Amino acid sequence: MSHAASLNPDYVDEAGRPIYHPVEEPHHPEGHSTMLGFWMYLMSDCLIFAMLFAVYAVVGANYAAGPSPKDLFDLPLVALNTSMLLLSSITYGFAMLAMVRNRTAQMQIWLAITGVFGLCFLGIELYEFAHMIHLGATPQRSAFLSAFFVLVGTHGLHVTFGCIWLVTLMVQVWRKGLIPANKRRLMCLSLFWHFLDVIWIGVFTFVYLFGMLR
Amino acid sequence: MSAEAHNDHAVDHHHDDHHHGDDHDHGSFKTYMIGFLLSVVLTAIPFWLVMTEALAPQTTGLVITAFAVVQIIVHMVFFLHMNHKSEGGWNMLALIFTIVIVVIAVAGSVWVMYHLNTNMMPTHDMQTMG
Amino acid sequence: MIFGRLDWNALPFHEPILVVTFAVVVLGGLATLGLITRYKLWGYLWTEWFTTVDHKKIGIMYMILGIIMLLRGFADAVMMRLQQAMAFGGAEGYLNAHHYDQIFTAHGVIMIFFVAMPLITGLMNYLVPLQIGARDVSFPFLNNFSFWMTTAGAVLVMASLFIGEFARTGWLAYPPLSGIGYSPGVGVDYYIWALQIAGVGTTLSGINLIATIVKMRAPGMGLMKMPVFTWTSLCANVLIVASFPVLTAVLALLTADRYIGTNFFTNDFGGNPMMYVNLIWIWGHPEVYILILPLFGVFSEVTSTFSGKKLFGYTSMVYATVVITILSYLVWLHHFFTMGSGASVNSFFGITTMIISIPTGAKLFNWLFTMYRGRIRFELPMMWTVAFMLTFVVGGMTGVMLAVPPADFVLHNSLFLIAHFHNVIIGGVLFGLFAAINFWWPKAFGFKLDKKWGLVSFWCWVVGFWVAFAPLYVLGFMGVTRRMRVFDDPSYQIWFIIAAVGVGIIAMGILAMLIQFAVSILNRDKLRDETGDPWNGRTLEWATSSPPPDYNFARTPIIHDSDAWWDMKTRGYERPTDGYKPIHMPSNTGAGVILAGLATVMGFALIWYMWWLAALSFFALIAYAIFHTFNYKRDYYIPAETVQATEDAHTKALAAAAAKG
Repeated sequence: MSHAASLNPDYVDEAGRPIYHPVEEPHHPEGHSTMLGFWMYLMSDCLIFAMLFAVYAVVGANYAAGPSPKDLFDLPLVALNTSMLLLSSITYGFAMLAMVRNRTAQMQIWLAITGVFGLCFLGIELYEFAHMIHLGATPQRSAFLSAFFVLVGTHGLHVTFGCIWLVTLMVQVWRKGLIPANKRRLMCLSLFWHFLDVIWIGVFTFVYLFGMLR
Repeated sequence: MSAEAHNDHAVDHHHDDHHHGDDHDHGSFKTYMIGFLLSVVLTAIPFWLVMTEALAPQTTGLVITAFAVVQIIVHMVFFLHMNHKSEGGWNMLALIFTIVIVVIAVAGSVWVMYHLNTNMMPTHDMQTMG
Repeated sequence: MIFGRLDWNALPFHEPILVVTFAVVVLGGLATLGLITRYKLWGYLWTEWFTTVDHKKIGIMYMILGIIMLLRGFADAVMMRLQQAMAFGGAEGYLNAHHYDQIFTAHGVIMIFFVAMPLITGLMNYLVPLQIGARDVSFPFLNNFSFWMTTAGAVLVMASLFIGEFARTGWLAYPPLSGIGYSPGVGVDYYIWALQIAGVGTTLSGINLIATIVKMRAPGMGLMKMPVFTWTSLCANVLIVASFPVLTAVLALLTADRYIGTNFFTNDFGGNPMMYVNLIWIWGHPEVYILILPLFGVFSEVTSTFSGKKLFGYTSMVYATVVITILSYLVWLHHFFTMGSGASVNSFFGITTMIISIPTGAKLFNWLFTMYRGRIRFELPMMWTVAFMLTFVVGGMTGVMLAVPPADFVLHNSLFLIAHFHNVIIGGVLFGLFAAINFWWPKAFGFKLDKKWGLVSFWCWVVGFWVAFAPLYVLGFMGVTRRMRVFDDPSYQIWFIIAAVGVGIIAMGILAMLIQFAVSILNRDKLRDETGDPWNGRTLEWATSSPPPDYNFARTPIIHDSDAWWDMKTRGYERPTDGYKPIHMPSNTGAGVILAGLATVMGFALIWYMWWLAALSFFALIAYAIFHTFNYKRDYYIPAETVQATEDAHTKALAAAAAKG
């Protein structure tokens, strides 16, 4: 039986015989799958948000004779919040640029600034929620409000976890420096952080802006 | 690598820790600023349109949706460094697959629920069933 | 306050069946724990099994979990069959509604989430790295963690048997029945937290296996040279990552409704229960393809091996699998044609449902063409495969019948539906798992399974299945609804009695399988396989010893063609016996057990409204997870001498086997 056609041309010796084992074992360096794996986790997270958006689309007009977006949404405040998140994205970007150049101290400063912007975002959002609840616009009041609080709240929870992760990484870099493992982790958080900004684009467009259109 | 050669490299090509060949794009100051400025514009205009009610609601809705899509792409390219090469193209494939699923699930749900609501929710008009 | 809503009423002293079950479980449990202590096996179990990051051991643990839960789920089935066979002419049977409703709910939840999913995940975990010539999965620690999260879910479901109660809503827990208004008890909460915790494990496992297949294939193994089982695993895991988040979101919304009073799925304040049905089936339909695709891969491997021929139509198999993966997202509404979406929507989904049967048909023809003119050996795996072909096809055809919306209006939620999905799940998934177990057991344990008891199990299952479920097709046509506890019409009873006989035959099949395992273990020396390749296999897992060493391959193979091992054998491959280097391996860790344990405590606390414990365990979970990330030293090297010694032992065994045969 002639197998010549199906031999792997990269692994044939001078006599045309197949080689079955590489001389040097292929090296899978630690963390070689991390970025791909984390990206796929982000895709799964994206799906969760997509479902929350779908629910908002379906029940978002069910005000149950209660407050509607026009009664509640404060667009200037939302614009301020959006800028907090956008600024945090770019400061994280600067942190990554510093990381690539191994400028540890500079990176830590940019990370800290990112964290501050993140906390500002959360603070403003909590203020907004508290104000709405004070007005009687609680998550229990209507399906619209349930969907609003869960969608926006889930995003906020993700930002919260991102901030905790950020602090943890700052400690880990402080202790071990910019070793490859820490760089990988910083790159993962980078993906996470920017991804949250992407979701926020959806939130401010389809929840807040559309809400004021209806 | 001699000291001079080391310093000659532009600072953002310092990849000596990725011994397996770095295919991770980290961007540059310029690309981050472009992305940032684009995002600001693409955010400000929708907010302005809605707050001033400059256009009819239907039109505004379409415009701000388009702006959102564009801004998401801006984020993907300038912040997430999305390209068809990262992870051998698997990142892009995963993203496209996810987008397809999201579109099917969200559009499908809206379509299905619209029909269910029309046909099945209380005080519906039998004439509109279908 | 301390115990939330947990009090002595939660213990089922008033249910004699549960009291007896509890007694048996306690005695059995104590006996097991006692034996482990007596033979001083705790250390061994902890270091070699519970903390392992070896995909092979994790795979075996998944299989053990699945088999144990199969016994529990089957017990529920037996109880249902008995009840339905006797509850006629005014007789109430022996199960009240409160109990019966939990049984059919638990039966479905357990069989799908804690039998089928773990068995399939275990199989994929065990085989995929071996089939692609790798040493482990991409994320070995996450693999261990995933297993323990699945187990945590199973523990919660089992706990509901004795502390409190389970959901009484059916396995998908539709609101408003599953909402706080109509199900204020702990049952639905057990359901929710068991599934959410297990779901985390499943999703992470999906990510893990996709990354493994994408990144860790041996040199030369392009995508179109992968074994078909690896292809179907890839697609199944893509489905997992792309569907389980939907389940997570939907259950989270139900949780919000139940715990904080939101109005997603309520009848008032703007809620929409139909949205739940819609979303959960967007998950639910891909889920059934997650269940079947890996087994389609098993059938491809078994058919080609036992026909002695390359699989017919490899390329079309791959395309069919990918097409099924995508189409599985376009059919979900066929699960609720009758909910009222109307003709236009129903027609669309009816048509897509019929279309999705086509690629499966293509696969069947490929298997048949593989067998045609092959030299077929009817070992047990091949017998299970033939039984699958004949059984599954009938189930598939009844599925196409149900795909026609007007027909479905008559048959929806009748016993016809129940017969259909058991037909495809038992005929497809379960028969496939039995084929897989008989096929790969020698690889995992170093000795074959006893053939005689395997044949007993086989025939009992095949006959028993038809005797148990054919009557349900008849009853479905006669108009009998599912989940009924008592019946008025005496003309049904004969069919239920036949079905009960069928379940008895299946019980013998299960018993025979357990005996098969026991007998094989006792006779393992006689059944020993020294070659690592007892079936003259075609894919790389057969290139290793049985069981494979920790590192799988002493030297990574280079792939020239698909059916890589067959290719190597026919070219006169000679196994290298020296030149080994130290091998880099991941270290064991207890973090998975601890994190999953904390998750279990948190789940239990949330179910019983023990808020202080829920908060405490939640913070402990986060804190421990962060603490775990401070451990950077997670690997070690197997010295070259150890590899040499292991390989020398295998060389000797191969020589001895060659001398004998």
